Amino acid sequence: MGSRRVPLFLILPVLLLGVWYLAVEQRWVAEGIIPAPAQVLESWRRWIFGAPTRSLSPYSGTWVANVLYSGRRVLEGFLLAAVVAIPLGIFVGWNRLVARVVDPSIQLFRPIPITAWLPFAIAVFGIYDASALFLIGLGAFYPIAVNTSHGVRDTNLLLLRAARMLGAGERTVLLKVVLPSALPSIFTGLRLGIGVAWTAVIVAEMIAVKSGLGYVLWDAYYVGRMDICVATMFSVGLLGFVSDQVILRASQVVLRWRTLERHA
Amino acid sequence: MPEPVVDLRGVFKEFSGRVGRLVALEGIDLAIAPEEFTAVLGPSGCGKSTLLNMVAGFDAPTRGEVLFRGQRVSRPDPRRGVVFQEAALFPWYTVLDNITFGPKTGGVAAADYGPRVDALLEQVGLRGFERHYPAELSGGMKQRVGIARVLVMEPEVLLMDEPFGSLDAQTRSVMQELLLSVWERRQQAVLFITHDVEEALLLADTVCVMTARPGRIKTRLTVDLPRPRTLEATTSPRFNELKREVLGLIREESRRAAREPAR
Repeated sequence: MGSRRVPLFLILPVLLLGVWYLAVEQRWVAEGIIPAPAQVLESWRRWIFGAPTRSLSPYSGTWVANVLYSGRRVLEGFLLAAVVAIPLGIFVGWNRLVARVVDPSIQLFRPIPITAWLPFAIAVFGIYDASALFLIGLGAFYPIAVNTSHGVRDTNLLLLRAARMLGAGERTVLLKVVLPSALPSIFTGLRLGIGVAWTAVIVAEMIAVKSGLGYVLWDAYYVGRMDICVATMFSVGLLGFVSDQVILRASQVVLRWRTLERHA
Repeated sequence: MPEPVVDLRGVFKEFSGRVGRLVALEGIDLAIAPEEFTAVLGPSGCGKSTLLNMVAGFDAPTRGEVLFRGQRVSRPDPRRGVVFQEAALFPWYTVLDNITFGPKTGGVAAADYGPRVDALLEQVGLRGFERHYPAELSGGMKQRVGIARVLVMEPEVLLMDEPFGSLDAQTRSVMQELLLSVWERRQQAVLFITHDVEEALLLADTVCVMTARPGRIKTRLTVDLPRPRTLEATTSPRFNELKREVLGLIREESRRAAREPAR
């Protein structure tokens, strides 16, 4: 990460924080529209740990519960997407016939934004978790499926020949050559997928369910609590970052042979 | 001549591309005896790798027959082991897992291939590298693995596609001596593709000199240097005589190619 003495990654956030602070302090924006950094921090703290006195405010001590609602939905939707998209991506990448049948439909549906599916999801699944799961799963599905099939298609021909020459049948070739060779791409797909999943969960919770960070975000906006809105944005950003890091670390363990390659 | 292991009869190979059809190989007749080391020598683009791919079963001839033990070749088979130019190791497997890929795939018990793998590791100089990944190995070491993973299958013919072509001169010599020692121990049919005259003469019993586009076998030449051979063989008078002869053939061929209009 560059120099060890100056943490370079801190420069931009500190700068942005400074601009934000000044914008509020100097009244660059009309008063009351944007909360000051300190106010956001205080509201966030109260949202997490609760108020000193017992409070019935929905923004007191409810952070963990809402994070768990959203987190569980993201996890379930993401896993659902992975379980469907990885095998499908492998077959699409491996078999020309399957590709010709499935690929055009994937390409046709993929440009439909996840937000455009909202009315459909609510009509079919109602204001329940199923709606959120559908949207999150669908959003994460595309990048995982597409990257998996690309990874499979890019398998080195020489490695396929080598495996067959050593007596491998189709099943062995798929499991021992194609799958490991596509893993780096699959992990790329998973990282993109988890990003989409967080986008989808916020959208879904804003409209299709009545709990979670997305719900809090929209609700806080309606009651004029911009400080909670900003705190929610940071919360989602943080959770997205952490979940991406988890996948990244997992890939580094699974793809150890590849990190060796880069250092060689 | 005993029943050949590999027998090519009137093999033609055409590729249809963007600019029409390209004749890669034309009327190839080639037989390899059970204990014969055959080198195919030719310039790049003469179709010599295509020839090997057909024997391996990766590719089929447009016309003619490729026979292995009297049977038409239709798919790759562990009895025809291939050593590729770029080693083509599985990067996610260690050296040991690369070498045992074949036996494991074939359902051979570890107790059966274990001793064989052990002896091979010793023979090709990979002892101590069992747990390394291909990315941690030099080009020469990778190619040792490439050779070992094929030898462990005890193939009936060894197909080698310019296996030392991308190695530096010194490593190449070491690998040639290694191959010689492996071959002396277990004399078996080898089809060795190369564009290096000295390499062909040092290793082979028979050298087939190929013409460029379309690829044809111009001359078949017997290398009557005594066995067992070492790198020393390259300094003998007979070696130089043979080398002069082959270089003459190649020069004749490149002059002919230069006179012809580009196709």
